[in-house]
Amino acid sequence: MKERLQALRAEALDKLQQVKDANNLNELRVKFLGKKGALTEVLRGMGGLSAEERPMIGQVANEVRGAIEEFIEQKQEAFQREETERRLQEETIDVTLPGRTLAQGAVHPLNKVVEQIEDIFVGMGYTVAEGPEVERDYYNFEALNLPKDHPARDMQDSFYITEDILMRTQTSPVQIRTMEAMKGDVPVKIICPGRVYRRDDDDATHSFMFHQIEGLVIDKNIRMSDLKGTLLQFAREMFGPHMQIRLRPSFFPFTEPSVEVDVTCMKCGGSGCRICKHTGWIEILGAGMVHPRVLEMGGYDPEVYSGFAFGMGVERIAMLKYGVDDIRHFYTNDMRFLKQFARM
Amino acid sequence: MNVSYKWLSEYIDLTGVSAEELAERMTRAGIEIDVVENRNKGLDNIVVGYVVSREKHPDADKLNVCKVDTGSGEHLQIVCGAKNVDAGQKVPVAQIGAVMPDGMKIKRAKLRGVESQGMICSAKELAMNDKLLPKEMQEGILVLPEDTVIGTPIADVLGLNDHVLELDLTPNRSDCLSMIGVAYEVGALLDRPVRLPEDTVSESAEQASSTVSVRISAPDACNRYAARYITNVSIKPSPLWLQNRLLAAGVRPINNIVDITNFVMLEYGQPLHAFDADKLSGNGAIDVRYAHEGETLVTLDGQERKLEPHMLLITDGVKPIGLAGVMGGENSEVSGDTVNILLESAHFAGSVVRKTSRQMGLRSEASLRFEKEVNPEAVIPALNRAADLMRQLAGGSIAAGIVEETAQPHERRTVTLTLDKTNRLLGTALTAADVTSILQRLGLEAAEPEASVFHVRVPSRRGDITRDVDLIEEVARIYGYDNIPTTAIEGPTTPGHLNKGQTIRRAIRGLLTDNGLHEAVTYSFTHPTETELFPTFIDGAVPVRLAMPMSEERSVLRTSLLPSLLDVAAYNRNRKTDDVKAFELGRLYLTSQETLSALVKEELVLGLLMTGKRSAAQWNISSEAVDFYDVKGVVDALASYLGLEGLIRYEANRPQGLHPGRSASMYLMGAEGEQYIGIIGQVHPEIQRQKDLGETYVAELLLQPLMEAADFNIAYKALPRFPAVDRDIAVVVDRNVEVGRLVTTAKEAAGEWLESVGVFDIYTGDRIAEDKKSVAISLVYRHAEHTFTDEEITDIHGRVIAALETTYSAELRK
Repeated sequence: MKERLQALRAEALDKLQQVKDANNLNELRVKFLGKKGALTEVLRGMGGLSAEERPMIGQVANEVRGAIEEFIEQKQEAFQREETERRLQEETIDVTLPGRTLAQGAVHPLNKVVEQIEDIFVGMGYTVAEGPEVERDYYNFEALNLPKDHPARDMQDSFYITEDILMRTQTSPVQIRTMEAMKGDVPVKIICPGRVYRRDDDDATHSFMFHQIEGLVIDKNIRMSDLKGTLLQFAREMFGPHMQIRLRPSFFPFTEPSVEVDVTCMKCGGSGCRICKHTGWIEILGAGMVHPRVLEMGGYDPEVYSGFAFGMGVERIAMLKYGVDDIRHFYTNDMRFLKQFARM
Repeated sequence: MNVSYKWLSEYIDLTGVSAEELAERMTRAGIEIDVVENRNKGLDNIVVGYVVSREKHPDADKLNVCKVDTGSGEHLQIVCGAKNVDAGQKVPVAQIGAVMPDGMKIKRAKLRGVESQGMICSAKELAMNDKLLPKEMQEGILVLPEDTVIGTPIADVLGLNDHVLELDLTPNRSDCLSMIGVAYEVGALLDRPVRLPEDTVSESAEQASSTVSVRISAPDACNRYAARYITNVSIKPSPLWLQNRLLAAGVRPINNIVDITNFVMLEYGQPLHAFDADKLSGNGAIDVRYAHEGETLVTLDGQERKLEPHMLLITDGVKPIGLAGVMGGENSEVSGDTVNILLESAHFAGSVVRKTSRQMGLRSEASLRFEKEVNPEAVIPALNRAADLMRQLAGGSIAAGIVEETAQPHERRTVTLTLDKTNRLLGTALTAADVTSILQRLGLEAAEPEASVFHVRVPSRRGDITRDVDLIEEVARIYGYDNIPTTAIEGPTTPGHLNKGQTIRRAIRGLLTDNGLHEAVTYSFTHPTETELFPTFIDGAVPVRLAMPMSEERSVLRTSLLPSLLDVAAYNRNRKTDDVKAFELGRLYLTSQETLSALVKEELVLGLLMTGKRSAAQWNISSEAVDFYDVKGVVDALASYLGLEGLIRYEANRPQGLHPGRSASMYLMGAEGEQYIGIIGQVHPEIQRQKDLGETYVAELLLQPLMEAADFNIAYKALPRFPAVDRDIAVVVDRNVEVGRLVTTAKEAAGEWLESVGVFDIYTGDRIAEDKKSVAISLVYRHAEHTFTDEEITDIHGRVIAALETTYSAELRK
């Protein structure tokens, strides 16, 4: 009997060795270990064994069963691994095909710049003021120290609607409106972004409509050195930490002293290139100490209060920042242009 | 203002300061120099030659063969094509080896078989601005005065070893519209003294006042009028040095008299005018007065000008002879046979000159200066200088005395500056000595020096200095803006923030761009017909018209964003971009006033546009055309983003400009009733056709109501503790039944425990009657307190079905 069991084990292991697939394996399991299987068949003869033989044979039988089962299990695992492997193989995709993208739109580059500038100044304690684009001559010119017939009005030919009402030529009228609204309170610390209009023929760098951002600070003891400090901080946050600024005397009727402000050329870093006309500097804004006439018109005593103001063209900043070469791109809204700004 | 470096150095020592350095220093101190032009564009080996003989070329009609003496000992044979070349002329000759400014090399050459040993040059070939020269000199060679020395380098003869600084002046610095003014500025920068021309006049015995008289009848427009009488002048070309000065400044030489007036104007900034005294009634009884209604004057340019009563005239007591400060009259023009001159030097009011010159579109060098107010103290020195030059260069005899009238004598202004305020405003720590020294350099002498207080007598040339801050600016720019420290504002810090509206605008931008829409920025100006396409947000809206539009295309202010957005779509379609999803946050300009007396209402609106495919074609996404529900989806998403979910009601009431079957007006529902906020839908096919657009969907919404109603407060609601029950139904109703109403009815019938309701299918087709549609709705019921029993659900759901059946004759589809 023992020999039969050993033979059975040998046969089973031999057969199992040759098994090709999981079904086959199952068949063999039934054949050898099933209720009507070979092992059961052999064990039926146990009845004829002596009491001494019985446990010995029983042990052998268990060993045989154990060996066959273990072998089947190993086989089964191997088949499962193969199966898994096969499935994974089948499920393989081409990872180089494009993904299903979420269409991302873009904030207009001009507003991207406005938002960035707003954020810088909000971080410096400013609030954002707004005012009408259809404006009174008084706010756009007279209260800004530009009486009728002032030669400086030549600098900006305007779109009038009536004798007294025009499209604002600058965001500066918001200065006056803010001062009026503040009724003499300090500090005044605002920036005002918005559209402005001038009778300019459109070309690559001029547009009859463009955007400005104006800034105004009024308090006791506001100094020109504070204006320098403020603009330096702005330039560094806007264009990078290595920026320097340079002030040049200029003229605006509503500031005295008036300055034009250059920053280090962002293209060449100051070494000189085509963009900065080999000066290393790029003009980005106009500024100055608020003219005493303007303070008076706004209800602030110029002997007590002082202030500074600055203004910049959003288009110009955007052109410099993004390298846009024609201002008209900002208004044609070519999707191929806009899409380029769909990024952080 | 074009400033010749050479000319400038007559008034100030420029030793050691190159033109470029000077330009840089002036720019840094506030006088911006656009360009420094080297007038010598490469003139080596070009010298003055004398044309000894001229003969016709044997084989070419249009060529001449000249023998030219350039002082080298032998005569050069030069073939020349210019018509005006002739024997006896002094001309510029480019010798063999010269490289012309345009790069051409002069070599020995044969022209039609005749050897040519150089080139006789035109002004253009010397890179001069030949437009300023007489016509014959533009067309032919440059003919030099007879007394020019043979062999002299041409650059010396024409004063071309010089640089011209182009000043881009700010309106306050009209003092630099003169060489002397520039010299003062440069003097302050370099700390060097200014040399003025000599103010001496050699007068004859004849008294000017016996011939000439002056009267100012318009004292508000003319402060001072001075004249001199110069007799027996001979009109001829100016000497070369004077012509060279004018050419450097970009002024056309005409004849000695006119050139002198221009030269002195450039020197002093004081415009002058020379009248032919013999053409004046009574030889010159000048009366400065306003024009009479209906009067006319033919100006020097030959144009007949209709005069208006606000225009200031120079008259000879009988007729107008000049438009004060703008242009002289033809009737008194200096011409070749003029003998006696009445020379005017006057101070006219800038505003009067400005108005006239603008109205007539006549801007002259004179008007440019008067408009910006000339130096009142230059009237007499300029007059004397010009008169004496006329004596020297035109052989004139200056009658004794100046004939003048002064309406308002000029008084120099005194402006007081304190050291304390200077330092307070600039953030500097200047000493009294620093300020004194700077003021002195500027020629701004403090009359009575006091410790830390400066009473500055402002020279008349600096009319722009009227207050202490003007002086502070002068101090600052000479001190150097670079030397001002960089500081932070002192005092308590202030919190910065965006207000609610600004925050919402940014949120909208974020939401829409995240949903694939691109932000557009379009012009506020549009064509009037564009304002008629779509509804406006106020009753009786009238588009605001610009008084002087640049074109009809952009002549009125927009009353809707939609036409601009349609233009964006059309622009892109023309460039083969058919898929456009765009929005704009912008203002409309609304009024019902035909003529504005009040400011308009500037209404912030959101415009949306979608056309083309919903998404870009991709290998694994089928791409369908956008439709109404894409735009509506954006509006709904926006509403829920603003905390206004479900509060927009859509009413299919055929808004103007949209497809009548695919459009709606939108209303925002609030506690106090509902408010119209805009329109949504497909653009009317007729408009689509006109604009050459495909199916295009748009919406326009007022933002103010949305911003006011927007609810930023997120209040957590407890998550449900009991399971929900889903029930789907399909009902067949008439096709014209609005699903929105159906849903509302279902909601009302279900009551508070209907958690959500959604439409998941609409079917029309063979399996139901032709005028019917099947609407499949899924309803989710959930009770907050317990799990629904079957009976409860059957009861609620039954009520929903019953309501649909009774209200819409709906049939339940099994």
